[in-house]
Amino acid sequence: MTEEILFTLKSPYRDDFKIRGFRFGCGEKSVAIVGAMRGNEVQQQFTCSQVVKNLLAIEKAGKLIPGHEILIIPSANHFSMNINKRFWAMDNTDINRMFPGYDKGETTQRIAAAIFENVRGYKYGIQLASFYMPGDFIPHVRMMDTGFQNVKLAKKFGLPFVMIRKPLPYDTAVLNYNWQVFDTQAFSIYSGDTDIINKDTAKMAWLSILRFLHNMKIIDNTMHEGYTSCVIKDANLETIISNQSGILYGLRGANDEVKKGDILAKILDPFTGEVRSEIISPLDGTIFFAHQKPLVHHNTVMFKIVRF
Amino acid sequence: MIKTIISEGLPVDEQLIIRKNTIQHGNGTKRICIVTGTHGDELEGQYVCFELIRRLNESIEHLNGTVEVYPALNPLGVDSVSRGIPTFDLDMNRIFPGDPNGHLIEYTAFKIVEDLKGADMVIDIHASNIFLREMPQARINVQTSRKLIPFAKMLNIDFIWIHDAATVLEATLAYSLNALKTPTIVVEMGIGMRITRTYGNRLVDGIFNMMRKMDMWHGAALKNISKPTVSTKGEVHFLNAEFSGIIIPSVSHSDIVKKGDLLCQIVDSYQGVILQNVFSPVDGLLFTLRTYPVVYEGSLLARIYSETTEK
Repeated sequence: MTEEILFTLKSPYRDDFKIRGFRFGCGEKSVAIVGAMRGNEVQQQFTCSQVVKNLLAIEKAGKLIPGHEILIIPSANHFSMNINKRFWAMDNTDINRMFPGYDKGETTQRIAAAIFENVRGYKYGIQLASFYMPGDFIPHVRMMDTGFQNVKLAKKFGLPFVMIRKPLPYDTAVLNYNWQVFDTQAFSIYSGDTDIINKDTAKMAWLSILRFLHNMKIIDNTMHEGYTSCVIKDANLETIISNQSGILYGLRGANDEVKKGDILAKILDPFTGEVRSEIISPLDGTIFFAHQKPLVHHNTVMFKIVRF
Repeated sequence: MIKTIISEGLPVDEQLIIRKNTIQHGNGTKRICIVTGTHGDELEGQYVCFELIRRLNESIEHLNGTVEVYPALNPLGVDSVSRGIPTFDLDMNRIFPGDPNGHLIEYTAFKIVEDLKGADMVIDIHASNIFLREMPQARINVQTSRKLIPFAKMLNIDFIWIHDAATVLEATLAYSLNALKTPTIVVEMGIGMRITRTYGNRLVDGIFNMMRKMDMWHGAALKNISKPTVSTKGEVHFLNAEFSGIIIPSVSHSDIVKKGDLLCQIVDSYQGVILQNVFSPVDGLLFTLRTYPVVYEGSLLARIYSETTEK
């Protein structure tokens, strides 16, 4: 493994901002992995660090298969992470809305350009991603329906679900989309959490990446095969919206099997504690997403349930 | 008449409320909408809303149609000095046309679009951000330019910037409304967190001029309307910082600059040295100028419009 500084940016008074890359093996550009691009993606950073740690051990054991290069960028925004900000420390812009980047443009466009310059051209691209709504997910692989996606490959991660979704207008500026446009098979791994470290779901995520590398014959690291992934699209998810606001008293969470009529959560009056609303499952299924913040707004997504 | 278009519960004893003021008179069927406050730190539009309504109320008998004013599409942001929507990650002007089944804010965006849809003209007022000062200008997608430029010329602004299709953001309010055949012009002027009264008065004069041309207003309106420069005759040059440091400006906003003029210096305040002298690459109009002094490598310093394309 070689450790490299891929990009440096001077700051007026802070230490230099550096993006580090960890390169394993040499040969065909096989896999690029990108961890935290937002300052609160601690779970993503931790997961990526564990991939690096495991690959170091695999390298030491001589089980990197020759002819493949793997590049890992565990952190691309610790300038924000170190000061508890989600987006870029100076102007609050989102690096993951700046791809493919522009090296003569604004600061986050330059950062995106530097990342993309380093990670483009790989056969496979893996991003450890987070979601804009607060809540827990079942760990899954997410792909955009661009016409270039390959579902069979996504199943090689052995995560419970593979989610295919239509790109939205803002997606054209995210890493995953641009990877696909530039002929990289791109996957986003959602391990379920963001600003806390959940060791169990993080482990599922890093093991899924090692499993993928093994299945694609990039490393020799025999392990259990994981799940037979269930492939779903937006239409397979039933969305349950809150009909009240207040304090959330959650009863069920991501990955729970539920029956029609089950109480999933209660919304409480913040003054009296009275139950304002019970969130009832309208169908049998598996909870794919569960709102987890203690306060809940009216008319917002509480649960997404996989309909079977 | 104040009407509520959104009222949704926040967790503790408060509603998220978005309201508009509908001012109607006469039998005219034309409707224009003035919207602002999508970004909570852009406040130039607040004065425009106030002054427009004040003048309308003063001479309501001259109105023949409907004017709807939405001062705060992001009321939580405006009232808490927050550019974005507190508790929500995405920029509000990147989630249109919204989603009736999405997060509360996506649902809100959907309801806003539903409410504005069908207007004869929407003016979406922005005020840059806290870093950059802008001269009064309209921003228009090239795909809708033929229809919108004549209206933008009525608004008493200095500049009309036509954007190539490739650089247009599709998730904005303006793009979404134009896609729904509701003509929408984005006006950018001034700077975040401040009100520039002269700019506000100019735009209000422009809106009355536009209403008169649309046969909605029969009262007094400024006759000597500014003739804006349209960007199709030249090129916009972006100047970005090549060093991180502190900028010291050497020119004023809205100046006509010559090629080679010193625009600003980036300095190192530890060592007392100049890191970069920033010179104008062209003769042109300095229509965007950074005012926030701390810069990183890449920070936008200025935009200059030049009618003579560099070869």
